[in-house]
Amino acid sequence: MTELSAHLPQFQHGQLTENFPDNHLSNTNDSCERRRHDNSERRRNDNPDSETNGQPQNIQQVVEHDEDEDEELTLKYGAKHVIMLFVPVTLCMVVVVATIKSVSFYTRKDGQLIYTPFTEETETVGQRALNSILNAAIMISVIIVMTILLVVLYKYRCYKVIHGWLIISSLLLLFFFSFIYLGEVFKTYNVAMDYITVALMIWNFGVVGMICIHWKGPLRLQQAYLIMISALMALVFIKYLPEWTAWLILAVISVYDLVAVLCPKGPLRMLVETAQERNETLFPALIYSSTMIWLVNMAEEDPEAQRKASKNSAYDKQAPANQARNEDAEADDGGFSQEWQQQRDNRIGPIESTPESRAAVQALPSNSQTSEDPEERGVKLGLGDFIFYSVLVGKASATASGDWNTTLACFVAILIGLCLTLLLLAIFKKALPALPISITFGLVFYFATDNLVQPFMDQLAFHQFYI
Amino acid sequence: MTLAVFFGCTFIAFGPALGLFLFTIARDPLRIIILIAGAFFWLVSLLLSSLIWFIAVKASDPQDEPLQKGLLIFGVMFSVLLQEAFRFLYYKLLRKAIEGLVALSEDGCSPISIQQMAYVAGVGFGLMSGAFSMINLLADSLGPGTVGIHGDSQLYFLTSAFMTMVLIFLHTFWGILFFHGCEHRRWWEIAAVVIMHLAVSGSTFCNPLYVGSLVPSYLMMAAAAVWAYILSGGSAQNLRRFLLCLRSGASPQLGS
Repeated sequence: MTELSAHLPQFQHGQLTENFPDNHLSNTNDSCERRRHDNSERRRNDNPDSETNGQPQNIQQVVEHDEDEDEELTLKYGAKHVIMLFVPVTLCMVVVVATIKSVSFYTRKDGQLIYTPFTEETETVGQRALNSILNAAIMISVIIVMTILLVVLYKYRCYKVIHGWLIISSLLLLFFFSFIYLGEVFKTYNVAMDYITVALMIWNFGVVGMICIHWKGPLRLQQAYLIMISALMALVFIKYLPEWTAWLILAVISVYDLVAVLCPKGPLRMLVETAQERNETLFPALIYSSTMIWLVNMAEEDPEAQRKASKNSAYDKQAPANQARNEDAEADDGGFSQEWQQQRDNRIGPIESTPESRAAVQALPSNSQTSEDPEERGVKLGLGDFIFYSVLVGKASATASGDWNTTLACFVAILIGLCLTLLLLAIFKKALPALPISITFGLVFYFATDNLVQPFMDQLAFHQFYI
Repeated sequence: MTLAVFFGCTFIAFGPALGLFLFTIARDPLRIIILIAGAFFWLVSLLLSSLIWFIAVKASDPQDEPLQKGLLIFGVMFSVLLQEAFRFLYYKLLRKAIEGLVALSEDGCSPISIQQMAYVAGVGFGLMSGAFSMINLLADSLGPGTVGIHGDSQLYFLTSAFMTMVLIFLHTFWGILFFHGCEHRRWWEIAAVVIMHLAVSGSTFCNPLYVGSLVPSYLMMAAAAVWAYILSGGSAQNLRRFLLCLRSGASPQLGS
């Protein structure tokens, strides 16, 4: 989920405005993104194509002979990679919290999504609990159906359908939702604006976003766009999900992610395995990446020149013919969950079928890779993880009585969960979902801080005692 | 309650800590992780102590004012003890981490020493403690209102900011002292840290008589600073050479 989040938001937007299934896709994307996150971890150890398509192979060979060195490399790169993930997650949360605190539109109740039809404005607490459970159940079933649909689509190679879906989702997200966001920001700060200027701004923002995310663009710009669309998606969730439903959905989606990633019959795992069989990778547009994929450029032209040129560029997702076999799946597969799974599969795949995939990668010119600084290997995180982390922190800042204390506590809890997940990945060296630990910590700290710590801190502040 | 108050109090409370963070911690990813983990440990200790306080309050009569204040004082003392206990737990965890880092490294030495970890852990504890005390106040200072309109002290925001700053510094120095005591099995250093913490928190019971809380806290901070500096290998000579280097602006002597 973690990795595919990038696409998820696009889908989600499309889904929210179109129909129910979209939401599911978002969720599945989230799980994919998570796995990608895990995959990056594994990549560090033994998965050649997780993060950097070609590089891990070489590095894997280099470290294979020495267990300690391998572990050391893991830990050495671990701290750096953790920070490479801390920064975008923090940025996304900061954007969401800043918006929630200043723009009242996103905390105003303007109805609910059709995926959560039961209202929470009921007379009794029991009725409210029941309604929220039903809402969460409906949302999760939609997600499961969408994931299975994606698995089926992927198995029958309907790449065009998925690709088209992804494009439509990105369009909706980048144009429509950012237009609404801009409008609300202008309303909040009472800025007079004409339609022509707004049209120009949104047009430029959207087109550059589509190019950066789906095609080529500077890495930082692509990362910035992915963070922005994750934040937009999280804001939509925060606005339209009623309170109890939101918490329940967060909890259930963590469990679902855990099940879907770890169970042998889980849909995401099946997608991963299918992608591994086909030697395809997931679509990078749904994943936040801290470096570019080497393999893409290497396969296209002269690796030396590519290496220099591609240092700071994003993946080239739309050149399937030029891409290595690993990339084909990514380019073809437009759907998020499929892409996720594919990437995850790719990550998981090399572990089980190392000789084949390694041979494939080694067949490519590898001199540019060997001289590559190992620290250039990037880390990937699915956009779904970004979205759900931001939903948790945003909801905490919107509805908590403890306000900033609760927000801060949830923020630290999520970062620690991310850290622990990365550590587990380094230890277990297999795909693990990144959502459960962070969301569990976040939920525990939200409820504990809001109900226990806040009265204590209130009393302390009242008397000006310091602990 | 204006923007000036907000920015002033923010920078009084968090300015030095921000400087410490930017210049010594932000460059190294491992230190950032240790910082966040330290903040997390402080948070967990606060959670547990608020749980105990909450249970005690719920079990007592809410109308009885002296009892509630007594329970709050008990909560503060218990929280201090729990914070120090969690500092010890964090020390244990970092010790294990150092062993792991040493085992994994190529040349057999860890990329970060226990003293550096002690410093970063102290900053982590301090930042989280300061943030929890100060952030809601800062948010309120942006809004409308008059400080002390009901007869309370008008220096509320200012003194809170100064108290937060001294607490952040104190946590940093206590981290160094505490870890040094644990490393070298000097229990009196650990006991001194606990007693100092209890004394600082206890001195805040005389608020709003700020001279009774701020002055002792700053004195204790100065003492802890000197002690931590000496324990970290500093000396009067080092300090003199450092200052001389700055003043002369000549090529740096390695000693300072």
